[in-house]
Amino acid sequence: MATAMDRKLWAQWQKEIENAPPPVQPPTTVSSVPIDPLYTPDNLEDFDYDTELGYPGQFPYTRGVHATMHRGRLWTMRQFAGFGTARQTNERFKFLVAKGQTGLSTAFDLPTLMGIDSDDPRSLGEVGRLGVAVDTIEDMRQLFDGIDIGKLSVSMTINAPAVVVMAFYLAHAQDSGVDWRSLRGTIQNDTLKEFHAQNEIYFPPEPSVRLTVDVIEFCTRHVPKWNPVSVSGYHIREAGSTAVQELAFTLADGFHYIDQGLERGLGVDEFAGRLSFFFNAHNDLFEEIAKYRAARRVWAERLRNHYGAKQEASCKLRFHAQTAGCTLQDKQPEVNLIRVAYQALAAVLGGCQSLHTNSMDETLALPSEHAVTLALRTQQVLAHETGVTNTVDPLGGSYFVETLTRQMEQEAGRYFERIEELGGMLPAIDRGFFRREIADAAFAYQREVDAKHKLIVGVNAFQEADEKPLELLEIDQAVESGQIESLHRVKADRSQDDLDRTLADVRRAAEAEENTMPTLIDAVRARATVGEVMCALAEVYGRCDATVV
Amino acid sequence: MSKQPSLRIVLAKVGLDGHDRGVKVVARGLRDAGFHVIYPGLWQAPEAVIRTVADEDADWLGISLLSGTHMTLVPRLIEQLREAGLGHVGVLVGGIIPEADIPKLTELGVARVFGPGTPMEDIVQFLRDSGSRTHA
Repeated sequence: MATAMDRKLWAQWQKEIENAPPPVQPPTTVSSVPIDPLYTPDNLEDFDYDTELGYPGQFPYTRGVHATMHRGRLWTMRQFAGFGTARQTNERFKFLVAKGQTGLSTAFDLPTLMGIDSDDPRSLGEVGRLGVAVDTIEDMRQLFDGIDIGKLSVSMTINAPAVVVMAFYLAHAQDSGVDWRSLRGTIQNDTLKEFHAQNEIYFPPEPSVRLTVDVIEFCTRHVPKWNPVSVSGYHIREAGSTAVQELAFTLADGFHYIDQGLERGLGVDEFAGRLSFFFNAHNDLFEEIAKYRAARRVWAERLRNHYGAKQEASCKLRFHAQTAGCTLQDKQPEVNLIRVAYQALAAVLGGCQSLHTNSMDETLALPSEHAVTLALRTQQVLAHETGVTNTVDPLGGSYFVETLTRQMEQEAGRYFERIEELGGMLPAIDRGFFRREIADAAFAYQREVDAKHKLIVGVNAFQEADEKPLELLEIDQAVESGQIESLHRVKADRSQDDLDRTLADVRRAAEAEENTMPTLIDAVRARATVGEVMCALAEVYGRCDATVV
Repeated sequence: MSKQPSLRIVLAKVGLDGHDRGVKVVARGLRDAGFHVIYPGLWQAPEAVIRTVADEDADWLGISLLSGTHMTLVPRLIEQLREAGLGHVGVLVGGIIPEADIPKLTELGVARVFGPGTPMEDIVQFLRDSGSRTHA
């Protein structure tokens, strides 16, 4: 790799750079990692192409998980969508498919995400606001009405109640005559990162992970093309972490799920290949690209060397990326289009399998049709006009990107050691390790912005006196009452005996430490609500209160 | 500032909204600026917030909302503050609040709305200038 350098010319360059005025803003990444003015073969003296990079589709997959990557097949363009009632979101889904979107991604409202029903007093004002309200299997039917889920891949962002929503989906598939073996898609089902960052928490950590693994185990046996977990760094980053923290904590979560799957009696090659990942695409182009490349290499090496995985699929880290919501600004919101385009470029150059591009209006409201169309068009321009898909891993071999990739890998390794020293994942959560690390990073970032060491266009630099407001999507206040009414109709129509019997069975399975999925499918068929099932499980598992967060 | 007792501010997350990056950054920033900050954590019921404000003898209540429920929850909190005889406590709102809702919130009695991208110094300065309505 390393080519001979002319030392005399190099010394000459160094002299020039020493005399140059220093940059006004410190030359660091968005995560405040200092960056050198130039990277040369010196940075990669002991670089070994075959062990560190290899070829795309080959171990350690640094250059990508597929041989031809986006040249062979574009990433899936998947816009996260959901608001109001199941019927309204169903219409948005059909709109997005008509615009050329190639997969669906479901956003649930806060009550659903928290595992409570629309008629719970705590849901006041939240029903259908940030996503779609789903209380019972009837809502799930409505949500996918007229959509062939045997063909289209569907992603669902839900965590604490993921088991229940998965039961809705599987029951709906069966009732529509779709074979579980043909279902493709992803359920986020990553409860660990809820404790680190995202805060949609219902049960204590240990049973939360148990339920995550119930879905993994059940899908491994019955829904083989489904991704039963999407191990997520996205939210960790949104909460203010650095890129390295995002990388390290996400992979550590992934290792914990592997450990738990093994404990359940699954073979590593039976399920590791179905774990998928979800990363943030933040502002710093090269730092992000290095993060994705390091993630693939670290995962592959750990799976093969530590867990003894034999199958290639087990070692391949496949990931979805979403542009960073936390970088969007409410000042000059159209500028967000530009941010999103660069962030999407990072995800694509980093070898993502699917991508969501945020809409420019998302600090203000859920995306309007106009804004979401532009966001999707951003991906289409990237795919079809920029030429970035023509060759695989175009930055491979860059002195800078390879150096950054190595740094990321090493620093993630140090975090794994610290987690180990704290006694592993769950003890580290109990001690508040992850939350503290993230909060420290978020605070440090804010101080740098306040000090103008980092500039944000329209916020602490290049402000406009007068701004033209965007037209925003408004959620009808009637959604909440309508949703509550239809929930009450479902409740009035069901058999109380079936409900009691199936919920008792859920409790029994949880107590017996059996996989709860089969009993959950029966319960949701008896029209148990999300909230009722979660309460039944909580009788066995207990609840997690706000003292942990 | 130095001789006077430090201002006491309760920061609150109400409802189901789990976005706590902002509130935690603000809590630390205000603490570092010398304020006495009480942050009781996520998922507070409005009643619990009012109780904290009373128990802590707070001068200010800062409500953080990023879930779009401000027009439901803020009026409730203000009404309950008044009912509890805490109408003198100043109310601030931070988070994602559409421009059009800001006048409605100030009409209700919110002293100031701080949106995304607000420098910490602005919040600190505002509180120093406004001081305490309780102990004035």
